[in-house]
Amino acid sequence: MKIAISINSLDMDDKMDMRFGRAKKFMIYDTETKTNELIDNTQNLNAAQGAGIQSAQNVINTGADAVITGHTGPKAYKLLSESGVKIYHSEEKPVKDVIADFIAGTLKEADSADVEGHWV
Amino acid sequence: MIIAVASGKGGTGKTSVSVSLAKALADSNKKISLLDCDVEEPNAHLLLECREISRSEFNVKIPSLDLSRCTGCGKCAEICEFNCIAIVKKRAVIFPDLCHSCGGCSLVCPEKCIKETDSKTGEILEYNAGIIHLVQGILDIGKAMAPPLIREVKKLAREEIALIDCPPGTSCPMVTAVGGADYVILVTEPTPFGLHDMTLAVETLRKMKMNFYVIINRADSGDDRVEKYCTSENIEVIMRIKESIDAARAYSKGIPLYDALPEFKQYFILNSNKIISRAGEFK
Ligand code: SF4
Ligand code: SF4
Repeated sequence: MKIAISINSLDMDDKMDMRFGRAKKFMIYDTETKTNELIDNTQNLNAAQGAGIQSAQNVINTGADAVITGHTGPKAYKLLSESGVKIYHSEEKPVKDVIADFIAGTLKEADSADVEGHWV
Repeated sequence: MIIAVASGKGGTGKTSVSVSLAKALADSNKKISLLDCDVEEPNAHLLLECREISRSEFNVKIPSLDLSRCTGCGKCAEICEFNCIAIVKKRAVIFPDLCHSCGGCSLVCPEKCIKETDSKTGEILEYNAGIIHLVQGILDIGKAMAPPLIREVKKLAREEIALIDCPPGTSCPMVTAVGGADYVILVTEPTPFGLHDMTLAVETLRKMKMNFYVIINRADSGDDRVEKYCTSENIEVIMRIKESIDAARAYSKGIPLYDALPEFKQYFILNSNKIISRAGEFK
């Protein structure tokens, strides 16, 4: 299973990025092979609007099955969920702990967007 | 002559001031169009005795997609400056409430599967209130794109003086509403919040290179920080409206300040003429 995590750096000890739309990068982590891949998301940093949509598009097109981030806005949520990508909201933790939580099944699946647009 | 009445935040009495200025000018035999551009919550009509003379729908062009022909080529998403379109799983998904109706996506689609269709975002009403011509834009609930509606309302000004009641805040709708005015009147209150939001509005107006004055409402309540700020920033306070029980009562009954107290009426008549003659300086 492939999961996308919003991150600040590929360092597993570094904390994840809580933002989804304006995350600079995503880590695509493969839970079977335990390998990861970096996806650049910087095209969104200066977007006046729609950053969440473009992040969602990026993530969906990597073929990820799930996303772990801090918060998602309504449009990103809609696009991800309609494309069959599961969304998990985590507390701000080091990336390795976030992955461990996911594998242990302790992360709860988000059942709605938790922020208004513009935050993300 | 175009005068915009704005405020950094809601609840400063901006609409009551706009309507009062309009009534004062009308009572001095000036013909004016009052443009209610506070389209998410237009309420100037509630403060005036007015008769509806026209009502029409306001539409914008929104792309609609024929998915059966979409190849997922991504040309539409590429041209959209506003990030309204995503390409997922080889098909386009459009988020119409971000759309600015530029028409770009339908132009570039090689499969011609995007059509522009009319989408209602609000209504425009015109009223006669004595000699005041009132135009009002109402944005439909849940629609986010106020600027096109605001631009349309502004086009309907027909009298020599246009007075614009602007949306509160400093975002796109406010910028659209004040744009092109000869000058702006900023209505504020002498409170810490009033000052904070006013400084944001001042920054925005300065960036836009607009001329502006300040009206302090409930001037003898609160503290003197707004006055001090205006002095230090060289901003003229053109009116100070007193706090009064009668004013508060008038607000709650939907009566404009102008009709709340005889002394308010005089004060507005005096100053509205000053405001008009000042505008000449900027012309
Ligand atoms: S009309 Fe313009 S703003 Fe609207 S979706 Fe198409 S390209 Fe984007
Ligand atoms: S340009 Fe047309 S064909 Fe290409 S993705 Fe957009 S809608 Fe589909």
